[in-house]
Amino acid sequence: MQLENYIRAELAKPAKDILLMTHIVLGYPSLEVNREVIRQMVENGVELIEMQIPFSEPMADGPTIVRANQESLETNITVEECMAFGQEMCETHGIAFLFMTYYNIIYKYGVVDFFKKSKSYNIQGFIVPDLPPEEGAEFLALAKEYEIAPILIYAPTSSPERMQTLASYADGFMYCVARKGVTGQKTDFDLEFDSYIDRCRTGTSLPLAVGFGISSREDITYLTGKADIGVIGTATINLVNDKGAEAVGPFIKGLRD
Amino acid sequence: MAKPGYYGKWGGAFIPEVLFETFKELNIAFEAAKADPSFWQEYLHLMATYSCRPTPLTYAENISKHLGGAQIYIKREDLNHTGAHKANNVMGQGLLVKRMGKTRVIAETGAGQHGVATATMAAKFGFDCTIYMGEEDVVRQRPNVFWMEKMGATVVPVTSGTKTLKDAINEAFRDWVTAMDDTHYVMGTVCGPHPFPEMVAWFQSIIGTEAHKQIIEYAGKLPSRVYACVGGGSNAMGVFQGFLNTPEVELIGVEAGGLGVDSGEHAARLASKDGSPGVAQGYHTMFLQNDDGQMNDTYSVAAGLDYVGVSPILTDLWEKGQVRFESATDKEVLDALDMTMKMEGIIPALESSHAFAQAYKEAGSMGTDEVIIINMSGRGDKDIFTIAHAYDDPSWKEFIIKKGAGYAA
Ligand SMILES: Cc1ncc(COP(=O)(O)O)c(C=O)c1O
Repeated sequence: MQLENYIRAELAKPAKDILLMTHIVLGYPSLEVNREVIRQMVENGVELIEMQIPFSEPMADGPTIVRANQESLETNITVEECMAFGQEMCETHGIAFLFMTYYNIIYKYGVVDFFKKSKSYNIQGFIVPDLPPEEGAEFLALAKEYEIAPILIYAPTSSPERMQTLASYADGFMYCVARKGVTGQKTDFDLEFDSYIDRCRTGTSLPLAVGFGISSREDITYLTGKADIGVIGTATINLVNDKGAEAVGPFIKGLRD
Repeated sequence: MAKPGYYGKWGGAFIPEVLFETFKELNIAFEAAKADPSFWQEYLHLMATYSCRPTPLTYAENISKHLGGAQIYIKREDLNHTGAHKANNVMGQGLLVKRMGKTRVIAETGAGQHGVATATMAAKFGFDCTIYMGEEDVVRQRPNVFWMEKMGATVVPVTSGTKTLKDAINEAFRDWVTAMDDTHYVMGTVCGPHPFPEMVAWFQSIIGTEAHKQIIEYAGKLPSRVYACVGGGSNAMGVFQGFLNTPEVELIGVEAGGLGVDSGEHAARLASKDGSPGVAQGYHTMFLQNDDGQMNDTYSVAAGLDYVGVSPILTDLWEKGQVRFESATDKEVLDALDMTMKMEGIIPALESSHAFAQAYKEAGSMGTDEVIIINMSGRGDKDIFTIAHAYDDPSWKEFIIKKGAGYAA
């Protein structure tokens, strides 16, 4: 509820028709750079940031984020360091931070400990793409207990019935992947996409975040009025690779100007 | 009631949401096939007419005498079409794909045997075919890459992660989440999300059913022990299922000991102290991983055993004490291979040679009235480069150098 309330309050502010959530792979290229990138994102108005704790088997990710996971791990970064960085970000910036990772990271850390620590840092939600609710009974119960939103995922392949089921477990917002496939490829926004978003709206009363392949001001403009949150992932990773952390601020600012 | 797809606490279906409907459809098709006796009849007919089934059970008389203990029988999965047990699973899934009306198949492969079998099936049934194979394995198993391509498959070398089997599985999933409408993922072993472990075990059970009948016919009794190598665990599950209801038969799974289970350079998930519970590649089992849950880079001379996880069904049987797990080192494996070639005229794959190595360690101290079965999961021809290299064979080297010079000219 806490995260949903935050999102609704932000959306109620004047001239905020759509919120932005960005994605960071922790430790890629370094926590130093992550720190600077996040600062630029927050200063330029990003409302939510998902911080990915790297995993050696990022099955649902595309080449850019796969490489980012791998290179981060090659620096010998630990989960503990990622957690500490998450805590630091929550303390430094007054926006909503979420952890995104694969289930094994949480499982090996200890599911209860992961919730306890994250709660104490004020982490608002978890995105775990390989944990469907059927496998997540313990996780979902803890999410209720600790009031950390379990973010579930809608896909274009989700039936209306499946959407209802997912909504019954979800909190915070619904993460609608814009197309089939993995992160990073371009999404074509067309009539098919519109009817998918309509189905998403019917499926849940939670705010809708749309992600996968969103990279430009045009994309954000298109989503405004359809979705509540636009998710920028691979685009900022590529930007940092090509032009450095300094380029992030102007890019973020330009998305909604 | 136990959740479907669980074996004790192991297994499950940890799948991305985008595949939910695909798995639903697959489960329905699989359940329908199991409930339809004509499906299994069609499968048996296909395997008899396309793949030399039933495969023989060969008495290894010379080695039995040489070791002076148990009578050794070899289940000859090498004589399957394409040279390994992998065909059993692939042809079965091919029939399912036809029923589901899909037109494209994808697969991961380590040793390349599963890739070759899948490419063969795709050629026979008229499916498009893409095979994902770790870059390291493309080099290790070059002959199989050649045959896959000749049969019309596209082989994609996978360069992420450790460039071996687990990375090929990730890449196959990435293809599937994009192309699930017309594509079926032919999982090559008894791993991955439900229903794959159950499905692959079902198709592979043909090995054990035959072996049970054959050993009674030839030896007049049940074996004391049955040995199988374990990568993901499909050939092992295949032969073990013929003897799971006869507790007097001891089942032994043999993992890759690599340079030794204390060296860190191995792929023994259950037979070493290095495995721990985890969730990856869609299922819950024992993985070789670090304390943070990052998967380790495993090692074995045998590409098909060089894998971080192991079947949830086998992990459950191991936990319950129904299967004993051992490991064989690269060196033991090459010695066992050498002896099998010289004394029986049989060339097991490097993977299969792990089962031979463990059986040879034990057979001598067993009674001569006892009988054992070694499951020979595949033939060694595919390994010619690796084996020649490992034996540092001078005449082979000379041949390759000449051949290379010829191509370079
Ligand atoms: C000949 C052979 N044996 C064994 C294996 C290991 O697989 P599994 O443990 O599923 O039988 C492979 C895998 O590639 C193989 O090619």
